[in-house]
Amino acid sequence: MGILTLTGNYAVAWAVKRARVQVVAAYPITPQTTIVEKISQMVENGEMNAKLIRVESEHSALAATFGAAIGGARAFTATASHGLLYMHEVLWWTAGARVPVVMAVVTRAIGPPWNIWTDHSDIMDQRDTGWIISMAEDNQEAFDLTLQAFRITEDNDVNLPMIVGLDAFILSHTYAPVDVLEQEDVDKWLPPRKQLYVIDPENRYSMGNIAYPKDYMLMRYDIERAMERAKKIIEKVDREYGEYFGRSYGGLIECYKCSDAKYLVALMGAWAGDAKEAVDKLRENGYNVGVMRVRFIRPLAVEKILEYASGKKGVLVMDRSISFGSAGPLFIEVSSILSMNGKPPAMKGVLAGIGGVDVGYRDIMDIISKFVDEVEERGWFVKRQEWFFSHKR
Amino acid sequence: MSNLIKIKDNILPLSVTSEAAMGKTGSWRTFKPVIDYSKCINCYLCWLYCPFSVISKSEDGVVIDYEYCKGCGICADVCPVKAIAFIPER
Repeated sequence: MGILTLTGNYAVAWAVKRARVQVVAAYPITPQTTIVEKISQMVENGEMNAKLIRVESEHSALAATFGAAIGGARAFTATASHGLLYMHEVLWWTAGARVPVVMAVVTRAIGPPWNIWTDHSDIMDQRDTGWIISMAEDNQEAFDLTLQAFRITEDNDVNLPMIVGLDAFILSHTYAPVDVLEQEDVDKWLPPRKQLYVIDPENRYSMGNIAYPKDYMLMRYDIERAMERAKKIIEKVDREYGEYFGRSYGGLIECYKCSDAKYLVALMGAWAGDAKEAVDKLRENGYNVGVMRVRFIRPLAVEKILEYASGKKGVLVMDRSISFGSAGPLFIEVSSILSMNGKPPAMKGVLAGIGGVDVGYRDIMDIISKFVDEVEERGWFVKRQEWFFSHKR
Repeated sequence: MSNLIKIKDNILPLSVTSEAAMGKTGSWRTFKPVIDYSKCINCYLCWLYCPFSVISKSEDGVVIDYEYCKGCGICADVCPVKAIAFIPER
């Protein structure tokens, strides 16, 4: 197939086809709709041998996907924003049942006021559900991550569902060249579906009956153990993908020009590309900075964040959403990890790009250089929130 | 703990299906549906609508399994000839 010019959404649809997904159930919502639209076209054309289930809501969309998955099918759904919030309950059911499912989330702000542009409030709202949660930086990664998601979720050591996140419009509706791998190559790399158990007429189980407190707590502990194991599997799958197809992304975290940097900026998603450009330019101006791109907010790479950020003079965290009454979710995570260190770096949480406010590399240059200058002038400090409302230009 | 279903070192929220796994739910009833067979026209609407599948078809007409009927009253409500009385349990 080679290189195709695809939107982020079409890249996801192609990966779903290449993964030989058998069941897709979804409900349309901007900016996700074109993923399932493309899949439905592929099914209708006979290019893809899958059952497409139309449902009346997102709650049902994930319930149907979950049902197909528990019955042994490789299943996929996609949603965004209010749709993701509406299916929130079923996210808990899927993870709690330990059933592999892959879902694309095209991250979008939550109303009111109504807003269709990117921010990470929807995906961050799912952190406690037991799902593996990732964010892609570009369309190629959206394709690669979707394929990797099937290997990760269906690994014997994991058996948890996974979200592949991509930013609304910046990726979802923007065309870019994507290397769509050949079917026979993907077939060699991605084995047929595996899962812990299947419920069908031959395997009659009842799932989700009442469990007494001690048993319930043991099952919660098991999910956490699987999350911990998932860290190794995510790294392994990304490495093997790289060996096989020539592209890998650093596993849980991509560190860009980190090793010799005195300062790091941590962030997730598409604007990491702008941050890398900002870092390149800032280095020309004598700022010794690097980018720590968090690819997975769950499971969180505690060890790697400690390894990469220890000994740095400052760490700036950029969040595209806010946990009201505290700080940006990524700042909460990163600052708590770095505080485990005896001598934590200076830290600041910047809130930007919320509700789709455009943030370009020059804005990020301003944000980073301001932080570096402040630390150099004032010395060590921690600031949990600083709001960056809009670009000047 | 020995009755928990464990697969490949994972404790799972599964149970093996069996009759009366949750006890005999007929004891939950406060009202009891009683069929008047002289009025019943064997339309099977009660059989179709019963949410717990405790109404079965037999040669003598529909039969309610009182061991598991929770007494929701849907059968009495859907009966087009009012052949099902809904009477308080004592």
